[in-house]
Amino acid sequence: MRRARVALLIILVPLLLGQTKPRLVPDVSQDDIKIVYSFTGAELLLFGAILYPGGRIPTRPADIAVVLKGPVQAIVIREKQKVAGIWMNAEDARFRSAPSFYAVAASKPIPELVDERTAAIYELGLQNLQLSPGGGALPEEARRFEAGLIDLRRRSGLYVEEPTGVEITAGVLYRARIDIPARVPVGAYTAETFLIQDGRVLAGAVKDVRIGKAGFERFVARAADRWALAYGIVAVLISLAMGWAAALLFRRR
Amino acid sequence: MDLYLPIAGVSVNALYIVALGGLVGILSGMFGVGGGFLTTPLLIFYGIPPTVAVASAATQITGASVSGVLAHTERKGVDFKMGAVLVAGGLIGTLAGAWIFRALQETGQIDTVIGLLYVVMLTSIGGLMAHEAATSLGYIKSRKAANRRAHRHNRFLIMLPMRWRFYGSGLFISPIAPLMLGFVAGMLTVLLGIGGGFIVVPAMIYLLGMTTRVVVGTSLIMILFVTAATTLVHALTTKSVDIVLAGLLLLGSVVGAQYGTRFAQTVRPDLLRLALAGIVLLVALRMALGLGWRPEEIFSVQAL
Repeated sequence: MRRARVALLIILVPLLLGQTKPRLVPDVSQDDIKIVYSFTGAELLLFGAILYPGGRIPTRPADIAVVLKGPVQAIVIREKQKVAGIWMNAEDARFRSAPSFYAVAASKPIPELVDERTAAIYELGLQNLQLSPGGGALPEEARRFEAGLIDLRRRSGLYVEEPTGVEITAGVLYRARIDIPARVPVGAYTAETFLIQDGRVLAGAVKDVRIGKAGFERFVARAADRWALAYGIVAVLISLAMGWAAALLFRRR
Repeated sequence: MDLYLPIAGVSVNALYIVALGGLVGILSGMFGVGGGFLTTPLLIFYGIPPTVAVASAATQITGASVSGVLAHTERKGVDFKMGAVLVAGGLIGTLAGAWIFRALQETGQIDTVIGLLYVVMLTSIGGLMAHEAATSLGYIKSRKAANRRAHRHNRFLIMLPMRWRFYGSGLFISPIAPLMLGFVAGMLTVLLGIGGGFIVVPAMIYLLGMTTRVVVGTSLIMILFVTAATTLVHALTTKSVDIVLAGLLLLGSVVGAQYGTRFAQTVRPDLLRLALAGIVLLVALRMALGLGWRPEEIFSVQAL
């Protein structure tokens, strides 16, 4: 028995030498989310295993944070103010890299996991998004617009923060559920997983997720974009045909 | 029944959209207006992006005006020469409108301008219509009612050069006046997603002095072509025509319009106009409050 263990150890040592740190094996429930006519949102499961060196689970198990991030956009955000009795867009700010979707879930609230600097480096948490404010904006002004953006997208379900959204089973298996709303922007998403212990990120892993329109919806969206003139003509013809059909149908009666 | 709209990028209840189209259709059948002034704001309240609402409402109006055009053509209630001039003006107007639309979008003032235009236009037209209807119903007495039409006609139109004869309309006027009218209607169609019927019809009667018999049919011809052109302009520039949304609206409105037309024949036309004026003024009031009230969202985001 003992000899067998030693033999196993001898075989494993070269493998484990390169692996003194824990590793993550992440997966997602769906890596290609299709938006079809009945799409009212989706639920994405981010799950996986934590591989500790030698399979030994430490006495204080590490924590997990997962981030699902949509394609980054350059945006302009406008703020309404009351001008001459009317609420109108008065001031604006530009951000060069605002994620169109951002969801973070962790096994503990982010501030308990990492310090602010680490959170900023890994863009953990809504307060730590790297939005790259456009030139000339004063820092406090950029912060006001940033808060407005986060609040707006949060309420429309595009920015999500779930401090206790990750469940860890037996110290090695983790999973997090992320709700994707119906008005989710399409594009290439990344699902990042971070293994965190004592305020340090021990390991990270990335999976790609694609969200795209499919079937008829994809056809219509592509037609509107690529064959704009033909699309417009077809729209007019459909409109004319429906009006004409109704006129005929009701005249006979 | 939830349905995902491919261009708007939102999921809507299809039955709600069809019902909305039906309601607008009944009104448009009753009053002979396109109903865009109701469709667009209601779609925006429902959560459709404003640009998509404006573009798709224009597509819907094309279909909704078909049966009216057919009926009026059969009754010889269309002045095709006048219609052609209006359409020509309207097409230039849609191009100008598209340019203004883009400029306003870039500066972020499109929503405010749409709101203000709606309030100003609906209030003045609604007020004018309410006054006219109330006068002819005998609720108010007007001293100037008798000579109003002739007076305006002479002073405004005589100054324009190059007069044409419009037999159907019973007019001998410069084509520049209807051309300008078409231009304004075309511009408003692109900007607001309205057919412009409730602007063009009063203008034809009170400004141009057209024979009332051909007014509605001719304005419908203009609306048909101008909204079709608007659909093309939006498809090419803003790419925000949602064929599914327009189809759902049409499904309701073409059917609703037929019932509206039937109902209209059983009610006094002046009462109808008074009711329409009331609806127009209500929408105007709602839009005005929307401009003055603190909006739900102070911030808005636009992709660059």
